[in-house]
Formats: sequence, C-alpha cells, structure tokens
Amino acid sequence: MSKLLEVNKLCASYGATQVLYDIDFSLEAGHITAILGANGAGKTTTLRALCQIVKTSGSIQFDGQQLVGKSTEAVVRMGVAHVPDGRGTFTGLSVEENLRLGAYVRGNKDEMAQDMERMFKRFPILKERRHQQAGTLSGGEQQMLAISRALMLRPKLLLLDEPSFGLAPLIVAEIFRIMRSINQEDGVSMLLVEQNASLALDLADHAYLLETGRVALSGPSDTIKNDESVRRAYLGY
Amino acid sequence: MEGFLHQIFSGLANGIIYGSVALALVMIFQATHHINFAQGEMATFSTFVAWWLMQSGWPYWGAFFFTIAVSFAGGLVVQRTIIRPIEKAPVLTNVIVFIGLLLIFNAFSGWFFDHTVKAFDSPFPKDSVLTTKYFSAHQFGSAGVLLVVLLGLFAFFKFTPIGLAMRAAAQNPDSARLVGIRVSWMLGLGWGLAAAIGAVAGMMVAPVVFLDPNMMAGILLYGFAAALLGGIDNPVGAVIGGLIVGVLENLLGAYVIGTELKLTVALVLIVTTLTLKPAGLFGKKVVVRV
Repeated sequence: MSKLLEVNKLCASYGATQVLYDIDFSLEAGHITAILGANGAGKTTTLRALCQIVKTSGSIQFDGQQLVGKSTEAVVRMGVAHVPDGRGTFTGLSVEENLRLGAYVRGNKDEMAQDMERMFKRFPILKERRHQQAGTLSGGEQQMLAISRALMLRPKLLLLDEPSFGLAPLIVAEIFRIMRSINQEDGVSMLLVEQNASLALDLADHAYLLETGRVALSGPSDTIKNDESVRRAYLGY
Repeated sequence: MEGFLHQIFSGLANGIIYGSVALALVMIFQATHHINFAQGEMATFSTFVAWWLMQSGWPYWGAFFFTIAVSFAGGLVVQRTIIRPIEKAPVLTNVIVFIGLLLIFNAFSGWFFDHTVKAFDSPFPKDSVLTTKYFSAHQFGSAGVLLVVLLGLFAFFKFTPIGLAMRAAAQNPDSARLVGIRVSWMLGLGWGLAAAIGAVAGMMVAPVVFLDPNMMAGILLYGFAAALLGGIDNPVGAVIGGLIVGVLENLLGAYVIGTELKLTVALVLIVTTLTLKPAGLFGKKVVVRV
C-alpha cells in the first residue's frame, strides 16, 4: 500500500512552549488511523500541525508534497479537510451556507449541488434544517454538519478532532457508524483524534499513542486493544 | 405641517448618506473589530478624484464609475500595504495608524487639489422630473443611487460565493482558513468595498455641502452616530441608524436647537448610545465567559 501521509521528526510549538517532540507516523491511503492519549498529550496539536495552524518543523509528506511551510489555505486546497475541536461551524450562517463554504475552493456548482444532496442523504436531519442557522442546531447535529462540510471538499484526507466530544452515546455510535461507511464507500482516509480509546480502536486500522508530545507506542488497533498492560497503563479501561 | 414633512424627507435624504458612511465603517468593523477613522478622509479624496476627472472633461457618470473603481483599488492597496502588517498588533496601534491615515489623506487632498472650496456638480439637475414637492432632484437621485448600492451589496453578500466567503471570514477566521478561504484577502476586499461605498457617499454629498478637504469631517461624525445607534456589527442596523440620525438631526435643528448646534446631535447620540445601550438598537450583545 502507498503512504498518503508520512510525518518525520515533527515538532510544534505555541510561542516558546514546545508541545510536540520529533513525532513520526504515517497513514496508508484508504485507512483510518487513530491518535490516542491523555489531555495535553499533543493530539489536537498534531492535527493543527498538519494543517499548519501552529508553528512546525520537521517533515510532513502528503500525497508527494511537503506541507511544512505552506499556508493553512494551501494545505486545504491540496485536499486535507479538518473538523477541528469545538467543530468550527459558522454558527451565524445557515446549514446550507456552511456546506457551500465547504466546497468553496472547488468552485464547481454542479458537483457542489450533487455533493450537498449526498450529504443530505447521509444526514437527513441536515436537510430538514438546511435554512436554519447552524448555531441553533444541537451538538450532535453540529458535529454532523462539521463532518459534512469537511466532506464537501472531497478530501483525500479527513482530520477529525474528537468527534465524540460532549455527545450522547447513541449519537456518538451513529456518527462513528457513518464515519465507517464514509471510509468504506468513498475511500476517504481519516486521521482520528480521540479520548474515547475503545471507540477509536474499533474504528481505526492503526493507532498511535501520544504521551507528553512523543509517540509512546504504535501498532495495529487489534494488537493495542488486546494488550492488557497497554490498556491498563495508557487507555484506562 | 408641510414644513414638518419637508424636514422629515430631507432628513431621510441626508440619512441615507450617513447610513452609507456607517455601512462602510461597519464593513471593516465586522471583520477586524476596528473603526476606520480615516473612512471620511478617504471618501473626500475619492470625491476630489471625481472632481478632477470632470474638470479634465470627463462626463459625470464616466467619472463616477471610474472613481468607484479607483477607490476600490485604493482601499485594497491601503489594506495590503499598511493595515496587513499591523493586523495582529494591539488596538491602540491600529487607532494610531487610522489617525495617521486620516491626516495623510486630508493633507493629500489639500496638496493635490488645494484648500479652496469647490462646487461639485450634481447629476440630477434642478429642473428635472425628479423634483417633487418634498424632495429636490438631487436628494431624490442620490437616495436612489445609494439604495441601489445597498441592494447591490446585499445581493453580493447573500448570493455570491465570494460574498459568502467574506461573511465567513469575518465571523470565524480560523474556520474560514480551514475551508480554504484566503482570509487576509477577504479583509482586503472589505477595505476596497468600504472605500468604494465611501466614494459614492462622498460624491453624493459633495453637491450639497461643497467640496473641500474637510468635507467629510462632520458627515463621518453622523456616520459614527448612525453605526453606533444601529449596532456597530449590523449592516442593516447601520442604514436604519443613518435614517434615524438624519431625521432627528433635521427635526431638532429646525424646531429645537437651531442649525448651529446640529452637529451636537451626533455627539449626544454617540454618548447616549454608549451609556444606555452600548450594543445599539440592532446590535448583538457580546457576552464573554471568563
């Protein structure tokens, strides 16, 4: 399998505070990779580093191109969609406008209309709410909107920052089920950051475990899931 | 009664000019949370450009549209070269730069076009069919022009992808970057549009107040009052605020305080709004969790 994303010696810092130290990881095209770890381990920062929102050094090879040093907009235009923590929907705009913005860089009206219909099929509740302001949606609906908006880019790589955060278990299960179908049917590769380790390991093919800004451990999800000592030491269940 | 109605209608005609200036202010405020104090002087300079073109023999509407284009480009250039480097600087730095811009544009107007007061033609002559009982032809015509501008802007923001992107960038710059919007350029476009609106307002007001480098000083004050009254983050509020300020100014000037003290109305409105209802009539109250 070809590597879609290959990260080498990635460091990232907020001002003088360094958060990531020489992180290496990779992601195969079509796969789902999970990044796990406790609060403050650097999971969110890893995603931000990929999108060049934080100051980074090292190497990020994506689809044959170097991302370090590019602007966030340029990274997005290369096909990296990011569902940030806190969802990042445009709360003052309507659901439909949010989706239109997702396809902003593609600028193809016909494709956009098709994609929007596909999103509505996948998340029927969004169709009902299409003219409603995004800020008035429930948490679960907003997460669905955030994921749909990211998919409107037709991304090669989807970055998801804690899609389960603050949602009821039933809704989390629904969202994870849809994420799996998106991966299998549309072949979108995903990099998933999660606190909920068991959920993430069920979905992902491969996982990395971060501890205070370094990769503590990595391997296929099944191996990590079944390793009693790892589970107890890092995942806490 | 007739006099009273006349005051109201000419107040509305002035009000739409104030509303346009307020709209230009709101446009930049929404995206950056700064008030561009140089907005008025930029508009004056634009109006001088139009005057100069007409002196050189251009027809009115040719000069009008060319000036709008020049002003748009000028606003864009100012944002790219002067404002962008201080985007992340503290608010006081921005205020100082805005005041600097105000002085520079004011001085440029005087330097290039001298300080004598000039007559500026109206495209709506006195004897045209537009003259009615309550409106002069110019009042009616300029209100029409500004309404067209406002509707055009509304359509631009509502129905075009770039307009939508500008709204997104103003609302949530971080998320806007994540969908690939070049946020910094959207701010540049905002400056261009604000300068263009200012230019239209300047050209519409010049036949009434005559053209000199300080022409917009008073109007900008009414514009501030309008923007604050309507809610500094609300474009529709700004226009409505402009109409209210225009009518109030005229009525108070005619019946209560006299024309000499008219400008005080703007200042009193600003202070009153800020003390009693800081978010304005239609503004969003911002609650910050600490």
